[in-house]
Amino acid sequence: MQLTGDRFTAETASFGNDLSTLPNFPAEIRAPAGTLPGVSSFQLHFANYDILTPGDAPDVLVAMNPAALKANLPDVPKGATIIVDTGDFTPRALKKVGWETNPLEDNSLSAYKVHALDLSGITMEALAPFDLSRKDASRSKNMFALGLLSWMYGRSIDGTVTFLREKFAARETIRDANIAALKAGWNYGETTEEFSVSYQVKPAAMPAGTYRNITGNLALSYGLVAAAHQSRLPLFLGSYPITPASDILHELSKHKRFAVRTFQAEDEVAAIGAALGASFGGALGVTTTSGPGVALKGETVGLAVSLELPLVIVDVQRGGPSTGLPTKTEQADLLQVIYGRNGESPVPVVAASSPSDCFHAAIEAVRIAVTYRTPVFLLSDGYLANGSEPWQVPDVDSLPTIDPNFATEPNHDGDGTGEREFWPYLRDAETLARPWALPGTPGLEHRIGGIEKLDGPGTISYDPNNHDHMVRLRQAKIDGIAGIPDLEVEDPGSEARLLVLGWGSTYGPIGAAVRRARKAGHHVAQAHLRHLNPMPANTGDVLRSYDRVLVPEMNLGQLALLLRGKYLVDIVGYNRVRGLPFKAEELADVIMEEVGAL
Amino acid sequence: MGLPGLAGVPTTDVKQTKKDFTSDQEVRWCPGCGDYAVLAAVQGFLPDLGLARENIVFVSGIGCSSRFPYYMNTYGMHSIHGRAPAIATGLASSRPDLSVWVITGDGDALSIGGNHLIHALRRNVNLTILLFNNRIYGLTKGQYSPTSEQGKITKSTPMGSLESPFNPVSLALGAEATFVARTIDSDRQHLTSVLSAAAAHRGTSLVEIYQNCNIFNDGAFEILKNRDSRDEVLIRLEHGEPVRFGADGQHGVRRNPSTGSLEVCAGDDPGVVVHDATADDPTQAFALSRLADPGTLARSPIGIFRQVERPAYGDLMAAQLDEAAAKQGEGDLQALLRGKDTWTVA
Repeated sequence: MQLTGDRFTAETASFGNDLSTLPNFPAEIRAPAGTLPGVSSFQLHFANYDILTPGDAPDVLVAMNPAALKANLPDVPKGATIIVDTGDFTPRALKKVGWETNPLEDNSLSAYKVHALDLSGITMEALAPFDLSRKDASRSKNMFALGLLSWMYGRSIDGTVTFLREKFAARETIRDANIAALKAGWNYGETTEEFSVSYQVKPAAMPAGTYRNITGNLALSYGLVAAAHQSRLPLFLGSYPITPASDILHELSKHKRFAVRTFQAEDEVAAIGAALGASFGGALGVTTTSGPGVALKGETVGLAVSLELPLVIVDVQRGGPSTGLPTKTEQADLLQVIYGRNGESPVPVVAASSPSDCFHAAIEAVRIAVTYRTPVFLLSDGYLANGSEPWQVPDVDSLPTIDPNFATEPNHDGDGTGEREFWPYLRDAETLARPWALPGTPGLEHRIGGIEKLDGPGTISYDPNNHDHMVRLRQAKIDGIAGIPDLEVEDPGSEARLLVLGWGSTYGPIGAAVRRARKAGHHVAQAHLRHLNPMPANTGDVLRSYDRVLVPEMNLGQLALLLRGKYLVDIVGYNRVRGLPFKAEELADVIMEEVGAL
Repeated sequence: MGLPGLAGVPTTDVKQTKKDFTSDQEVRWCPGCGDYAVLAAVQGFLPDLGLARENIVFVSGIGCSSRFPYYMNTYGMHSIHGRAPAIATGLASSRPDLSVWVITGDGDALSIGGNHLIHALRRNVNLTILLFNNRIYGLTKGQYSPTSEQGKITKSTPMGSLESPFNPVSLALGAEATFVARTIDSDRQHLTSVLSAAAAHRGTSLVEIYQNCNIFNDGAFEILKNRDSRDEVLIRLEHGEPVRFGADGQHGVRRNPSTGSLEVCAGDDPGVVVHDATADDPTQAFALSRLADPGTLARSPIGIFRQVERPAYGDLMAAQLDEAAAKQGEGDLQALLRGKDTWTVA
């Protein structure tokens, strides 16, 4: 089903619609078919204008069995179209999902436009000429459904035909059967009178440029490759497989010709350790994980803070605590990444706001890490990771360059008796960053470690005042990170008294909700934080200039806690942790309620 | 110098001395600690390798021995408990021009860092790991360690420890190590010869060093060091030589025909086995490692147990990068970002 969704998305993207997707699947690899927990779905929203979310309520539901119908029905508004494969509507299958009677026959779906078709049966018939087992033939019904949908919405199936040719190049019969099923689906729509209408959604008006469809994990991977390119550093990824971050490991493993080294470690701790070791040697060290992995990596992040070496830790957040909801989204790791270490251990945090923004957020994380010799957390989440949207392919020449500025010679007179020395903790006056001296550079031999070091020479120091000084220095370095743009507020007409502030993947739903509220005649301001640590310099001023600040988060109020603590501003939270992104309608209701209360 | 383990590491023609490898930091181990002997041996033998000093890196974990890098005038990192093999893996596999050494102890390598140690050995990363085994936790002041003998009375085990100890050599062999050796802190000559062989080996070399902690576990290796007892209990392994010990070689080691295991026999027994460190099959090396009594360490073999060739992890990684570039050409970032399925909005 995920493949079918991917292909329909690809067709829609090449057609030029704006789009946004929400794959939703169980954590189990082959969850029992036909059961409610086993349902795998793919939601796609496309339009001829710019859209921000995968949509609250589908206009068309394609359900391949009773479980899929029952699981998704609550989201489908009255009047919507439902296409159902009746092939599996047996008394046994109905009973499995707790239906006493067949909803296709008992009138309970009378509020919808239902097309009950024996997709399985028709597919089997279409594939009769092929020498296929019943099981293999029935697997092609998804392609039949894709063909039918493609006809309904006027999408070309050429791209999918090419895709199937490549994917099943080694298995001719499977390849030909899937292509036949796809075409049969299209032809079925064209010839049968079951569907009296087809729909035309014209391409969206978008800024001129070259576009492609991209998921957050892919954009993030490309962002890392691009940042390595722009800093002329070889990329070293140490990673341990974990949902929903593994696809970044898979993707980067394909790019060895970019001198990208990928290391699948024995555990999360080794993954970040190897990345840090590579950074010491002059690579761009990166580790990718999700919340449980961040918990394990904490000690090494602390070491990187003490060593003051560049390191990027990507946290693709998922539902927690513990194993939680591995395939579902959440943004409840914010406090973990900001505070989850021993001692005073400040680490910059950058959060991507959309699938395509993962690209630029990755470059920004690398810029901070390399310039300030510090570990940086880059936050994504399950929704961004697997969701997709059109992305305007950037011109490489337009990307920022990042200067590693390696140390090349001794930097201090030492005791003044002649020979110049290298002090690994002598800081740049402006950035407070220490020199990055690579092994192999003569004359700069030095030892660093996790023990507190004397400001300047970097030798072991247990001196109380030096420790106090170093703690403050490390904090000041992070607080003073430059190049963080001011928080921009969108407040058309400047009449709003309510500010809706978000961070991370809620950007789309909040934006869509604010649009709805404005359409309904309300004045609402919107702002979105990309830098969570340090925050933009004007954040406090922005918060204080509104009568009320609403912060929707997929956690129990973690950003709200930070804002209250830092800026002494009251915050109204809207918090849901359902493993799914907010719906625009639900947020619009909350916003309008808050505006009304002012 | 023709040392495969150091191929790719720049050398120098400038004559080096021990002083060149000695940092300006005051050594802070307890007076009488076995670590001093190892430090002196390493500082004394490194000049013989003739490597550019700036291309040598010492990485350590946490523990008394892990302070080692501070005292070496090379590049160094004193990291966190147990993680040195992982950190060194990232460094060594991305920088083939470096000679990377890991300094660790029995607690660091075998307790908290056990997982990283076995995986570094399995991968055969080009590292030389010096495992200082004093059979005790020193820095945390005297708790039993994973190599302490069962029944050990310590602060955390007032009625005796309950656990069976690891045999680090057996463990390393089981983890598919390509180079495994054991030596003793007080035997400078043996220590130096083993270190030279370890540095010359390409892949992970594990050297277990019996090291005396004179504060918390003094005399742990006394029977192996004492002139009166050592010949009777210490088995010196030499590649290609029959395995004999005793002052006059009056003891030997042979294979028990019925069980297949190794046992002590008379030195002139016709069945005395010949040590072959280069044997593909690690069975005999493993059996030799099992000769030692886990409690008293009597019948402890020292020397190189195993020394076989297997491609090093970093070399394989570099070869894949080269192969990808040769087959597909150097990476073109713009082409990557563009991908195959694009559309243009005018």
